[in-house]
Amino acid sequence: MSVLVYIESENGKFKKASYEAASYAKGVADQLGSSVTAVTINAENNEVLGTYGVSKVLQVNNDQLSKFNADAYADVIAQAAKNEDAKVVVLGQTANDKYVAPIIAINLEAGYASNVVALPESTSPFTVKRNAFTNKAFNFTTISSDIKIVGVAKNAYGVKENETSAAVEDFSPSLDASDFSVNVESVDKATDKVTIADAEIVVSGGRGLKGPENWDMIENLAETLGAATACSKPVSDMGWRPHSEHVGQTGKPVAANLYIAVGISGAIQHLAGINASKIKVVINNDPEAPFFKAADYGIVGDAFEVVPQLNEKLKEFKANNA
Amino acid sequence: MKILVCISHVPDTTSKINFTEGDTKFDKNGVQFVINPNDEFGLTRAMWFKEKQGASVDVVNVGEADTEPTLRKALAIGADNAIRVNTPAKDGFQVAKELAKVAQDGGYDLVIAGRESIDYNGGMVPGMLAKLLKANFVNTCVSLEVEGDKATAIREIDGGKETLTTSLPLVIGGQKGLVEESDLKIPNMRGIMMARKKPLNVVDPVGAEEKTSADKFEKPAPKGDVKLIDKDNLDELINLLHNEAKAI
Repeated sequence: MSVLVYIESENGKFKKASYEAASYAKGVADQLGSSVTAVTINAENNEVLGTYGVSKVLQVNNDQLSKFNADAYADVIAQAAKNEDAKVVVLGQTANDKYVAPIIAINLEAGYASNVVALPESTSPFTVKRNAFTNKAFNFTTISSDIKIVGVAKNAYGVKENETSAAVEDFSPSLDASDFSVNVESVDKATDKVTIADAEIVVSGGRGLKGPENWDMIENLAETLGAATACSKPVSDMGWRPHSEHVGQTGKPVAANLYIAVGISGAIQHLAGINASKIKVVINNDPEAPFFKAADYGIVGDAFEVVPQLNEKLKEFKANNA
Repeated sequence: MKILVCISHVPDTTSKINFTEGDTKFDKNGVQFVINPNDEFGLTRAMWFKEKQGASVDVVNVGEADTEPTLRKALAIGADNAIRVNTPAKDGFQVAKELAKVAQDGGYDLVIAGRESIDYNGGMVPGMLAKLLKANFVNTCVSLEVEGDKATAIREIDGGKETLTTSLPLVIGGQKGLVEESDLKIPNMRGIMMARKKPLNVVDPVGAEEKTSADKFEKPAPKGDVKLIDKDNLDELINLLHNEAKAI
Protein backbone atom coordinates (compact mmCIF):
# COMPACT_ATOMS: atom_id res chain seq x y z
CA MET A 1 0.00 0.00 0.00
CA SER A 2 1.75 3.12 -1.18
CA VAL A 3 0.93 6.62 -2.31
CA LEU A 4 1.11 6.87 -6.08
CA VAL A 5 2.00 10.17 -7.71
CA TYR A 6 1.78 10.91 -11.42
CA ILE A 7 4.71 13.07 -12.42
CA GLU A 8 4.10 15.01 -15.60
CA SER A 9 6.95 15.77 -17.95
CA GLU A 10 7.22 17.81 -21.12
CA ASN A 11 9.63 16.64 -23.81
CA GLY A 12 11.08 14.30 -21.21
CA LYS A 13 11.74 17.06 -18.65
CA PHE A 14 10.05 17.55 -15.29
CA LYS A 15 8.68 20.92 -14.22
CA LYS A 16 8.37 22.66 -10.87
CA ALA A 17 4.74 21.55 -10.56
CA SER A 18 5.95 17.95 -10.92
CA TYR A 19 8.28 18.30 -7.94
CA GLU A 20 5.48 19.94 -5.98
CA ALA A 21 3.21 16.93 -6.57
CA ALA A 22 6.05 14.59 -5.51
CA SER A 23 6.68 16.65 -2.34
CA TYR A 24 2.99 16.55 -1.46
CA ALA A 25 2.80 12.79 -2.03
CA LYS A 26 5.72 12.35 0.38
CA GLY A 27 3.87 14.43 2.98
CA VAL A 28 0.78 12.21 2.67
CA ALA A 29 2.89 9.03 2.75
CA ASP A 30 4.53 10.20 5.99
CA GLN A 31 1.10 10.74 7.54
CA LEU A 32 0.06 7.23 6.49
CA GLY A 33 3.37 5.57 7.43
CA SER A 34 3.76 4.58 3.81
CA SER A 35 6.07 5.34 0.88
CA VAL A 36 5.80 7.11 -2.47
CA THR A 37 5.79 5.46 -5.87
CA ALA A 38 5.88 7.74 -8.90
CA VAL A 39 4.73 6.91 -12.39
CA THR A 40 6.30 8.79 -15.32
CA ILE A 41 5.70 8.64 -19.05
CA ASN A 42 8.61 9.00 -21.47
CA ALA A 43 10.57 11.04 -18.91
CA GLU A 44 14.35 11.31 -18.60
CA ASN A 45 16.37 11.40 -15.44
CA ASN A 46 13.80 9.66 -13.21
CA GLU A 47 16.31 9.22 -10.37
CA VAL A 48 16.02 12.93 -9.55
CA LEU A 49 12.56 12.28 -8.07
CA GLY A 50 14.33 10.73 -5.05
CA THR A 51 15.27 14.28 -4.04
CA TYR A 52 11.59 14.93 -3.28
CA GLY A 53 10.91 11.77 -1.31
CA VAL A 54 9.99 9.29 -4.05
CA SER A 55 11.31 5.80 -3.24
CA LYS A 56 10.21 3.98 -6.38
CA VAL A 57 9.62 5.12 -9.95
CA LEU A 58 7.55 3.18 -12.47
CA GLN A 59 8.90 4.48 -15.76
CA VAL A 60 6.83 3.98 -18.86
CA ASN A 61 8.60 4.32 -22.20
CA ASN A 62 6.21 3.88 -25.07
CA ASP A 63 6.17 5.60 -28.47
CA GLN A 64 2.38 5.40 -28.58
CA LEU A 65 2.41 7.83 -25.65
CA SER A 66 4.77 10.38 -27.19
CA LYS A 67 1.85 12.83 -27.51
CA PHE A 68 -0.39 13.44 -24.53
CA ASN A 69 -3.58 11.43 -24.74
CA ALA A 70 -5.97 11.70 -21.79
CA ASP A 71 -7.57 8.24 -22.05
CA ALA A 72 -4.28 6.42 -22.53
CA TYR A 73 -2.46 8.39 -19.83
CA ALA A 74 -5.35 7.85 -17.40
CA ASP A 75 -5.23 4.13 -18.20
CA VAL A 76 -1.48 4.03 -17.45
CA ILE A 77 -1.92 5.83 -14.12
CA ALA A 78 -4.87 3.64 -13.08
CA GLN A 79 -2.92 0.48 -13.91
CA ALA A 80 0.06 1.76 -11.92
CA ALA A 81 -2.25 2.46 -8.96
CA LYS A 82 -3.60 -1.10 -9.12
CA ASN A 83 -0.10 -2.51 -9.51
CA GLU A 84 1.01 -0.71 -6.34
CA ASP A 85 -2.26 -1.26 -4.47
CA ALA A 86 -2.23 2.50 -3.96
CA LYS A 87 -4.89 3.97 -1.70
CA VAL A 88 -4.03 7.58 -2.52
CA VAL A 89 -3.27 8.88 -6.02
CA VAL A 90 -1.74 12.37 -6.25
CA LEU A 91 -1.60 14.58 -9.34
CA GLY A 92 -0.83 18.24 -9.99
CA GLN A 93 -3.38 20.58 -11.56
CA THR A 94 -1.95 21.40 -14.96
CA ALA A 95 -4.37 21.38 -17.90
CA ASN A 96 -3.38 17.76 -18.60
CA ASP A 97 -3.70 16.70 -14.95
CA LYS A 98 -7.20 18.18 -14.81
CA TYR A 99 -8.06 16.30 -18.01
CA VAL A 100 -6.93 12.86 -16.80
CA ALA A 101 -7.97 12.95 -13.12
CA PRO A 102 -11.76 12.46 -13.59
CA ILE A 103 -11.09 9.60 -16.02
CA ILE A 104 -8.87 7.89 -13.45
CA ALA A 105 -11.61 8.44 -10.86
CA ILE A 106 -14.04 6.41 -12.96
CA ASN A 107 -11.42 3.75 -13.74
CA LEU A 108 -10.69 3.27 -10.04
CA GLU A 109 -14.19 4.06 -8.65
CA ALA A 110 -12.41 6.68 -6.58
CA GLY A 111 -13.50 9.99 -5.11
CA TYR A 112 -11.50 12.97 -6.36
CA ALA A 113 -10.75 16.29 -4.69
CA SER A 114 -9.29 18.98 -6.96
CA ASN A 115 -7.45 22.24 -6.16
CA VAL A 116 -6.16 20.92 -2.83
CA VAL A 117 -3.98 23.42 -0.98
CA ALA A 118 -2.64 21.55 2.06
CA LEU A 119 -1.85 18.11 3.45
CA PRO A 120 -4.90 16.21 4.74
CA GLU A 121 -6.36 17.59 7.97
CA SER A 122 -6.84 13.97 8.90
CA THR A 123 -6.31 10.71 7.01
CA SER A 124 -9.17 8.80 8.69
CA PRO A 125 -11.57 10.21 7.67
CA PHE A 126 -9.54 11.52 4.72
CA THR A 127 -10.24 15.27 4.75
CA VAL A 128 -8.47 17.85 2.58
CA LYS A 129 -8.64 21.62 2.30
CA ARG A 130 -9.30 22.92 -1.20
CA ASN A 131 -10.03 26.15 -3.02
CA ALA A 132 -13.69 26.70 -3.88
CA PHE A 133 -15.87 29.55 -5.12
CA THR A 134 -12.97 30.56 -7.38
CA ASN A 135 -10.65 31.32 -4.47
CA LYS A 136 -13.27 33.29 -2.55
CA ALA A 137 -13.39 30.48 0.05
CA PHE A 138 -11.85 27.21 1.16
CA ASN A 139 -13.78 24.00 1.45
CA PHE A 140 -12.93 20.95 3.58
CA THR A 141 -13.79 17.84 1.59
CA THR A 142 -13.87 14.31 2.94
CA ILE A 143 -13.22 11.52 0.45
CA SER A 144 -15.01 8.36 1.53
CA SER A 145 -14.08 5.88 -1.22
CA ASP A 146 -11.44 3.20 -0.72
CA ILE A 147 -9.05 4.89 -3.17
CA LYS A 148 -8.65 8.66 -2.97
CA ILE A 149 -7.49 10.98 -5.74
CA VAL A 150 -5.97 14.33 -4.80
CA GLY A 151 -5.19 17.15 -7.25
CA VAL A 152 -2.66 19.50 -5.68
CA ALA A 153 -3.10 23.19 -6.56
CA LYS A 154 -0.10 24.95 -8.00
CA ASN A 155 2.14 26.96 -5.67
CA ALA A 156 0.20 26.03 -2.52
CA TYR A 157 2.14 23.23 -0.82
CA GLY A 158 5.49 24.12 -2.39
CA VAL A 159 8.51 22.04 -3.33
CA LYS A 160 10.09 20.25 -0.37
CA GLU A 161 13.31 18.28 -0.59
CA ASN A 162 13.43 14.95 1.20
CA GLU A 163 16.47 13.01 0.03
CA THR A 164 15.51 9.42 -0.72
CA SER A 165 17.03 6.94 -3.08
CA ALA A 166 14.60 6.20 -5.90
CA ALA A 167 14.58 2.72 -7.42
CA VAL A 168 13.61 3.02 -11.08
CA GLU A 169 11.69 0.14 -12.66
CA ASP A 170 10.24 -0.31 -16.13
CA PHE A 171 6.47 -0.50 -16.23
CA SER A 172 4.59 -1.74 -19.29
CA PRO A 173 0.88 -1.06 -19.08
CA SER A 174 -1.46 -2.74 -21.53
CA LEU A 175 -3.14 -0.27 -23.84
CA ASP A 176 -5.85 -0.94 -26.38
CA ALA A 177 -7.42 0.86 -29.33
CA SER A 178 -10.12 2.47 -27.17
CA ASP A 179 -7.36 4.48 -25.48
CA PHE A 180 -6.67 6.27 -28.77
CA SER A 181 -10.04 7.49 -30.01
CA VAL A 182 -9.20 11.17 -29.48
CA ASN A 183 -6.13 12.17 -31.47
CA VAL A 184 -3.90 15.21 -31.41
CA GLU A 185 -3.54 16.65 -34.91
CA SER A 186 -1.41 19.68 -34.06
CA VAL A 187 -0.09 21.67 -31.13
CA ASP A 188 0.22 25.42 -31.20
CA LYS A 189 2.41 26.52 -28.33
CA ALA A 190 4.87 29.37 -28.15
CA THR A 191 8.10 27.84 -26.93
CA ASP A 192 9.96 31.09 -26.34
CA LYS A 193 7.44 32.61 -23.90
CA VAL A 194 6.80 31.92 -20.23
CA THR A 195 3.27 30.58 -19.83
CA ILE A 196 0.83 31.89 -17.22
CA ALA A 197 0.58 28.34 -15.84
CA ASP A 198 4.33 27.98 -15.29
CA ALA A 199 5.24 31.57 -14.44
CA GLU A 200 6.63 32.63 -11.06
CA ILE A 201 5.80 36.23 -11.93
CA VAL A 202 2.89 37.54 -14.00
CA VAL A 203 2.58 41.12 -15.32
CA SER A 204 -0.99 41.95 -16.22
CA GLY A 205 -2.55 44.95 -17.98
CA GLY A 206 -6.05 46.38 -17.91
CA ARG A 207 -8.19 49.00 -19.58
CA GLY A 208 -6.08 51.72 -17.98
CA LEU A 209 -3.51 51.11 -20.71
CA LYS A 210 -5.92 52.70 -23.20
CA GLY A 211 -5.13 50.52 -26.21
CA PRO A 212 -3.23 47.50 -27.57
CA GLU A 213 -0.51 49.77 -28.95
CA ASN A 214 0.60 50.52 -25.38
CA TRP A 215 1.41 46.92 -24.45
CA ASP A 216 5.13 47.25 -25.17
CA MET A 217 5.76 48.51 -21.67
CA ILE A 218 3.97 45.49 -20.18
CA GLU A 219 5.98 43.13 -22.35
CA ASN A 220 9.22 44.93 -21.55
CA LEU A 221 8.56 44.74 -17.82
CA ALA A 222 7.67 41.06 -18.16
CA GLU A 223 10.86 40.39 -20.09
CA THR A 224 12.99 42.06 -17.43
CA LEU A 225 11.35 39.93 -14.74
CA GLY A 226 11.18 36.70 -16.75
CA ALA A 227 7.43 36.95 -16.31
CA ALA A 228 4.36 35.89 -18.28
CA THR A 229 1.98 38.56 -19.58
CA ALA A 230 -1.73 38.54 -18.82
CA CYS A 231 -4.72 40.86 -19.11
CA SER A 232 -8.11 41.63 -17.63
CA LYS A 233 -11.42 40.49 -19.13
CA PRO A 234 -12.42 43.79 -20.84
CA VAL A 235 -9.05 43.87 -22.56
CA SER A 236 -9.53 40.42 -24.09
CA ASP A 237 -13.21 41.12 -24.86
CA MET A 238 -12.19 44.21 -26.83
CA GLY A 239 -9.63 42.14 -28.70
CA TRP A 240 -6.62 44.14 -27.50
CA ARG A 241 -5.02 40.92 -26.30
CA PRO A 242 -5.71 37.23 -27.05
CA HIS A 243 -8.22 35.27 -24.91
CA SER A 244 -5.39 33.04 -23.76
CA GLU A 245 -4.08 35.98 -21.71
CA HIS A 246 -7.38 36.66 -19.93
CA VAL A 247 -7.05 35.91 -16.23
CA GLY A 248 -9.94 35.94 -13.77
CA GLN A 249 -12.99 33.97 -12.84
CA THR A 250 -13.97 33.00 -16.38
CA GLY A 251 -10.42 33.13 -17.70
CA LYS A 252 -7.28 31.50 -16.44
CA PRO A 253 -6.50 31.24 -12.75
CA VAL A 254 -3.17 32.67 -11.62
CA ALA A 255 -1.21 31.24 -8.71
CA ALA A 256 2.10 33.06 -9.16
CA ASN A 257 4.60 34.20 -6.53
CA LEU A 258 4.23 37.78 -7.74
CA TYR A 259 1.32 39.33 -9.65
CA ILE A 260 1.72 42.88 -10.93
CA ALA A 261 -1.51 44.55 -12.05
CA VAL A 262 -1.19 47.65 -14.20
CA GLY A 263 -4.26 49.75 -14.91
CA ILE A 264 -6.63 47.07 -13.61
CA SER A 265 -9.36 48.35 -11.30
CA GLY A 266 -9.87 44.98 -9.57
CA ALA A 267 -13.41 43.76 -10.22
CA ILE A 268 -14.44 40.95 -7.87
CA GLN A 269 -14.25 38.40 -10.71
CA HIS A 270 -10.70 39.46 -11.56
CA LEU A 271 -9.55 39.34 -7.95
CA ALA A 272 -11.05 35.87 -7.50
CA GLY A 273 -9.01 34.54 -10.40
CA ILE A 274 -5.67 35.91 -9.21
CA ASN A 275 -6.19 35.56 -5.48
CA ALA A 276 -4.07 32.43 -5.16
CA SER A 277 -0.99 34.51 -6.05
CA LYS A 278 1.27 35.17 -3.09
CA ILE A 279 2.28 38.83 -3.51
CA LYS A 280 0.15 41.32 -5.40
CA VAL A 281 1.30 44.74 -6.62
CA VAL A 282 -1.09 47.26 -8.10
CA ILE A 283 -0.22 50.29 -10.19
CA ASN A 284 -3.22 52.51 -10.84
CA ASN A 285 -3.88 56.26 -11.04
CA ASP A 286 -7.19 55.91 -9.21
CA PRO A 287 -6.58 55.58 -5.45
CA GLU A 288 -10.20 54.38 -5.08
CA ALA A 289 -9.63 51.33 -7.34
CA PRO A 290 -10.81 48.19 -5.46
CA PHE A 291 -7.52 46.47 -6.28
CA PHE A 292 -5.77 48.53 -3.59
CA LYS A 293 -7.80 46.65 -0.97
CA ALA A 294 -6.59 43.30 -2.29
CA ALA A 295 -2.94 44.16 -2.93
CA ASP A 296 0.17 43.92 -0.77
CA TYR A 297 1.92 46.88 -2.38
CA GLY A 298 0.38 49.74 -4.29
CA ILE A 299 1.51 52.71 -6.30
CA VAL A 300 -0.92 55.48 -7.06
CA GLY A 301 0.32 56.96 -10.30
CA ASP A 302 0.17 57.10 -14.05
CA ALA A 303 1.13 53.71 -15.50
CA PHE A 304 2.67 55.43 -18.52
CA GLU A 305 5.22 57.11 -16.23
CA VAL A 306 5.60 54.47 -13.52
CA VAL A 307 5.99 51.29 -15.59
CA PRO A 308 8.88 52.40 -17.84
CA GLN A 309 10.72 53.85 -14.81
CA LEU A 310 10.13 50.69 -12.82
CA ASN A 311 11.43 48.64 -15.71
CA GLU A 312 14.67 50.68 -15.89
CA LYS A 313 15.20 50.38 -12.16
CA LEU A 314 14.52 46.65 -12.22
CA LYS A 315 17.03 46.20 -15.02
CA GLU A 316 19.62 47.92 -12.83
CA PHE A 317 18.60 45.78 -9.87
CA LYS A 318 18.87 42.61 -11.96
CA ALA A 319 22.28 43.65 -13.26
CA ASN A 320 23.53 44.27 -9.71
CA ASN A 321 22.06 41.08 -8.30
CA ALA A 322 22.88 38.72 -11.15
CA MET B 1 -27.68 15.58 -34.05
CA LYS B 2 -29.11 15.37 -30.54
CA ILE B 3 -27.32 17.63 -28.06
CA LEU B 4 -27.60 17.64 -24.28
CA VAL B 5 -26.25 20.66 -22.42
CA CYS B 6 -25.59 20.21 -18.70
CA ILE B 7 -26.50 23.31 -16.73
CA SER B 8 -25.10 24.09 -13.31
CA HIS B 9 -27.05 26.52 -11.14
CA VAL B 10 -24.45 28.76 -9.49
CA PRO B 11 -24.15 32.07 -7.64
CA ASP B 12 -23.63 35.05 -9.93
CA THR B 13 -19.94 35.96 -10.36
CA THR B 14 -20.38 39.20 -8.39
CA SER B 15 -21.86 37.39 -5.35
CA LYS B 16 -20.37 37.84 -1.93
CA ILE B 17 -19.68 34.36 -0.62
CA ASN B 18 -20.87 33.63 2.92
CA PHE B 19 -21.61 30.50 4.91
CA THR B 20 -24.17 29.56 7.49
CA GLU B 21 -24.99 26.79 10.00
CA GLY B 22 -21.52 26.88 11.56
CA ASP B 23 -19.79 27.32 8.19
CA THR B 24 -21.20 24.04 6.89
CA LYS B 25 -23.61 25.43 4.27
CA PHE B 26 -23.40 28.04 1.54
CA ASP B 27 -25.57 31.02 2.48
CA LYS B 28 -28.04 31.52 -0.39
CA ASN B 29 -29.54 34.57 1.27
CA GLY B 30 -29.61 37.49 -1.17
CA VAL B 31 -27.63 35.56 -3.78
CA GLN B 32 -28.65 35.72 -7.43
CA PHE B 33 -28.27 32.36 -9.19
CA VAL B 34 -27.32 32.09 -12.85
CA ILE B 35 -26.34 29.57 -15.50
CA ASN B 36 -22.73 28.59 -14.80
CA PRO B 37 -20.67 30.80 -17.19
CA ASN B 38 -18.73 27.85 -18.66
CA ASP B 39 -22.06 26.13 -19.41
CA GLU B 40 -23.46 29.30 -20.98
CA PHE B 41 -20.71 29.33 -23.61
CA GLY B 42 -21.57 25.69 -24.35
CA LEU B 43 -25.29 26.41 -24.56
CA THR B 44 -24.71 29.20 -27.06
CA ARG B 45 -22.53 26.92 -29.18
CA ALA B 46 -25.34 24.33 -29.04
CA MET B 47 -27.73 27.01 -30.37
CA TRP B 48 -25.34 27.52 -33.27
CA PHE B 49 -25.54 23.80 -34.10
CA LYS B 50 -29.33 24.05 -33.86
CA GLU B 51 -29.54 27.01 -36.23
CA LYS B 52 -26.90 25.93 -38.75
CA GLN B 53 -27.08 22.14 -38.65
CA GLY B 54 -30.61 21.42 -37.45
CA ALA B 55 -29.56 19.93 -34.11
CA SER B 56 -32.01 19.49 -31.24
CA VAL B 57 -30.92 20.85 -27.88
CA ASP B 58 -32.04 19.65 -24.45
CA VAL B 59 -30.76 21.02 -21.16
CA VAL B 60 -30.42 19.14 -17.89
CA ASN B 61 -29.73 19.99 -14.28
CA VAL B 62 -29.33 17.81 -11.23
CA GLY B 63 -30.98 19.70 -8.41
CA GLU B 64 -34.07 20.56 -6.46
CA ALA B 65 -36.99 22.74 -7.59
CA ASP B 66 -35.14 25.99 -6.78
CA THR B 67 -32.93 25.44 -9.86
CA GLU B 68 -35.90 25.61 -12.27
CA PRO B 69 -35.63 29.36 -13.01
CA THR B 70 -32.11 28.68 -14.28
CA LEU B 71 -33.41 25.91 -16.56
CA ARG B 72 -36.22 28.23 -17.76
CA LYS B 73 -33.57 30.77 -18.68
CA ALA B 74 -31.81 28.11 -20.78
CA LEU B 75 -35.16 27.40 -22.49
CA ALA B 76 -35.62 31.14 -23.09
CA ILE B 77 -32.19 31.22 -24.75
CA GLY B 78 -33.51 28.57 -27.14
CA ALA B 79 -33.20 25.03 -25.78
CA ASP B 80 -36.08 22.73 -26.81
CA ASN B 81 -36.67 20.72 -23.64
CA ALA B 82 -35.43 20.83 -20.07
CA ILE B 83 -34.90 17.93 -17.71
CA ARG B 84 -34.41 18.24 -13.98
CA VAL B 85 -33.17 15.24 -12.03
CA ASN B 86 -34.97 15.69 -8.76
CA THR B 87 -32.21 15.32 -6.17
CA PRO B 88 -29.73 17.70 -4.55
CA ALA B 89 -26.31 17.80 -6.24
CA LYS B 90 -23.87 16.35 -3.72
CA ASP B 91 -20.58 15.76 -5.50
CA GLY B 92 -19.14 15.34 -8.98
CA PHE B 93 -19.39 11.56 -8.89
CA GLN B 94 -23.07 11.51 -7.95
CA VAL B 95 -23.96 14.26 -10.46
CA ALA B 96 -22.05 12.49 -13.25
CA LYS B 97 -23.89 9.21 -12.56
CA GLU B 98 -27.29 10.94 -12.55
CA LEU B 99 -26.44 12.76 -15.78
CA ALA B 100 -25.22 9.52 -17.37
CA LYS B 101 -28.68 7.99 -16.93
CA VAL B 102 -30.34 10.98 -18.61
CA ALA B 103 -27.79 10.96 -21.44
CA GLN B 104 -28.22 7.21 -22.02
CA ASP B 105 -32.00 7.37 -22.00
CA GLY B 106 -32.00 10.28 -24.44
CA GLY B 107 -29.44 8.77 -26.84
CA TYR B 108 -27.55 12.02 -27.27
CA ASP B 109 -24.72 12.35 -29.81
CA LEU B 110 -23.05 15.30 -28.13
CA VAL B 111 -23.06 16.27 -24.46
CA ILE B 112 -21.75 19.72 -23.58
CA ALA B 113 -20.84 20.58 -19.99
CA GLY B 114 -18.77 23.44 -18.61
CA ARG B 115 -15.16 22.60 -17.74
CA GLU B 116 -16.02 23.42 -14.11
CA SER B 117 -18.71 25.16 -12.11
CA ILE B 118 -17.73 28.44 -10.52
CA ASP B 119 -19.03 27.40 -7.08
CA TYR B 120 -17.27 24.15 -6.14
CA ASN B 121 -14.72 24.27 -9.00
CA GLY B 122 -14.53 20.48 -8.97
CA GLY B 123 -13.81 20.20 -12.70
CA MET B 124 -14.74 16.53 -12.76
CA VAL B 125 -18.27 16.07 -14.08
CA PRO B 126 -17.51 16.24 -17.84
CA GLY B 127 -14.69 13.67 -17.71
CA MET B 128 -16.54 11.32 -15.38
CA LEU B 129 -19.69 11.55 -17.48
CA ALA B 130 -17.75 10.78 -20.67
CA LYS B 131 -16.20 7.66 -19.19
CA LEU B 132 -19.49 6.45 -17.71
CA LEU B 133 -21.00 6.79 -21.19
CA LYS B 134 -17.91 5.27 -22.86
CA ALA B 135 -17.97 8.36 -25.05
CA ASN B 136 -15.00 10.37 -26.33
CA PHE B 137 -13.98 13.33 -24.23
CA VAL B 138 -12.30 16.69 -24.83
CA ASN B 139 -11.69 18.98 -21.87
CA THR B 140 -11.12 22.77 -21.78
CA CYS B 141 -12.66 22.86 -25.25
CA VAL B 142 -12.53 26.29 -26.95
CA SER B 143 -13.74 25.35 -30.43
CA LEU B 144 -15.92 22.55 -31.77
CA GLU B 145 -16.98 21.59 -35.29
CA VAL B 146 -19.03 18.50 -36.12
CA GLU B 147 -19.45 16.95 -39.60
CA GLY B 148 -21.44 13.72 -39.72
CA ASP B 149 -20.03 11.68 -36.86
CA LYS B 150 -16.58 13.33 -37.02
CA ALA B 151 -15.63 16.10 -34.64
CA THR B 152 -12.73 18.55 -34.63
CA ALA B 153 -12.05 20.30 -31.36
CA ILE B 154 -9.50 22.77 -30.09
CA ARG B 155 -8.42 22.38 -26.51
CA GLU B 156 -6.64 24.94 -24.36
CA ILE B 157 -3.39 23.59 -22.93
CA ASP B 158 -0.96 25.37 -20.61
CA GLY B 159 0.60 28.02 -22.83
CA GLY B 160 -1.16 27.17 -26.06
CA LYS B 161 -3.73 25.16 -27.94
CA GLU B 162 -4.08 21.69 -29.33
CA THR B 163 -6.25 20.58 -32.25
CA LEU B 164 -7.91 17.19 -31.78
CA THR B 165 -9.98 14.93 -33.99
CA THR B 166 -12.44 12.40 -32.69
CA SER B 167 -15.91 11.04 -33.32
CA LEU B 168 -19.38 11.06 -31.79
CA PRO B 169 -20.66 10.26 -29.25
CA LEU B 170 -18.64 12.98 -27.60
CA VAL B 171 -18.63 14.82 -24.28
CA ILE B 172 -16.86 18.17 -23.99
CA GLY B 173 -15.84 20.26 -21.00
CA GLY B 174 -16.44 23.69 -22.53
CA GLN B 175 -15.44 27.22 -21.67
CA LYS B 176 -15.10 30.74 -23.05
CA GLY B 177 -13.90 30.53 -26.64
CA LEU B 178 -16.57 28.06 -27.77
CA VAL B 179 -18.32 31.29 -28.66
CA GLU B 180 -17.26 34.88 -28.09
CA GLU B 181 -18.53 36.67 -25.01
CA SER B 182 -20.30 39.17 -27.28
CA ASP B 183 -22.20 36.31 -28.95
CA LEU B 184 -23.71 35.00 -25.72
CA LYS B 185 -27.46 34.95 -26.13
CA ILE B 186 -29.56 37.07 -23.84
CA PRO B 187 -33.17 35.86 -23.64
CA ASN B 188 -35.59 38.26 -25.35
CA MET B 189 -39.26 38.72 -24.40
CA ARG B 190 -40.45 36.26 -27.05
CA GLY B 191 -37.97 33.65 -25.82
CA ILE B 192 -39.10 34.14 -22.23
CA MET B 193 -42.78 33.79 -23.21
CA MET B 194 -42.07 30.65 -25.27
CA ALA B 195 -39.97 29.15 -22.46
CA ARG B 196 -43.02 29.12 -20.21
CA LYS B 197 -44.72 26.65 -22.55
CA LYS B 198 -41.72 24.43 -23.23
CA PRO B 199 -41.52 21.08 -21.43
CA LEU B 200 -39.58 20.93 -18.19
CA ASN B 201 -39.59 17.26 -17.21
CA VAL B 202 -38.82 16.32 -13.67
CA VAL B 203 -37.31 12.83 -13.47
CA ASP B 204 -36.52 10.65 -10.50
CA PRO B 205 -32.87 10.13 -9.61
CA VAL B 206 -31.21 6.72 -9.92
CA GLY B 207 -29.98 7.33 -6.38
CA ALA B 208 -26.26 7.47 -7.17
CA GLU B 209 -24.07 7.82 -4.12
CA GLU B 210 -21.44 10.45 -3.59
CA LYS B 211 -17.80 9.66 -2.84
CA THR B 212 -16.87 13.03 -1.38
CA SER B 213 -18.63 15.42 0.96
CA ALA B 214 -18.06 19.14 1.39
CA ASP B 215 -18.18 19.30 5.17
CA LYS B 216 -17.05 22.74 6.10
CA PHE B 217 -16.09 26.08 4.61
CA GLU B 218 -13.66 28.79 5.58
CA LYS B 219 -13.14 32.26 4.23
CA PRO B 220 -9.58 33.45 3.51
CA ALA B 221 -8.01 35.44 6.33
CA PRO B 222 -8.67 39.16 5.93
CA LYS B 223 -5.92 40.88 4.08
CA GLY B 224 -3.60 43.35 5.80
CA ASP B 225 -3.61 46.91 4.54
CA VAL B 226 -1.85 47.65 1.28
CA LYS B 227 1.54 49.32 1.63
CA LEU B 228 1.45 52.40 -0.52
CA ILE B 229 4.72 53.45 -2.11
CA ASP B 230 5.29 56.88 -3.56
CA LYS B 231 5.51 56.85 -7.34
CA ASP B 232 8.74 58.81 -7.14
CA ASN B 233 10.33 56.25 -4.86
CA LEU B 234 10.31 53.09 -6.95
CA ASP B 235 13.57 51.92 -5.38
CA GLU B 236 11.55 51.37 -2.23
CA LEU B 237 9.17 49.04 -4.07
CA ILE B 238 12.08 47.03 -5.44
CA ASN B 239 13.62 46.90 -1.99
CA LEU B 240 10.36 45.63 -0.45
CA LEU B 241 9.79 43.06 -3.17
CA HIS B 242 13.34 41.80 -2.76
CA ASN B 243 13.90 41.93 1.01
CA GLU B 244 10.43 41.77 2.55
CA ALA B 245 8.31 39.78 0.08
CA LYS B 246 11.29 37.84 -1.37
CA ALA B 247 9.40 37.81 -4.65
CA ILE B 248 12.25 39.03 -6.87
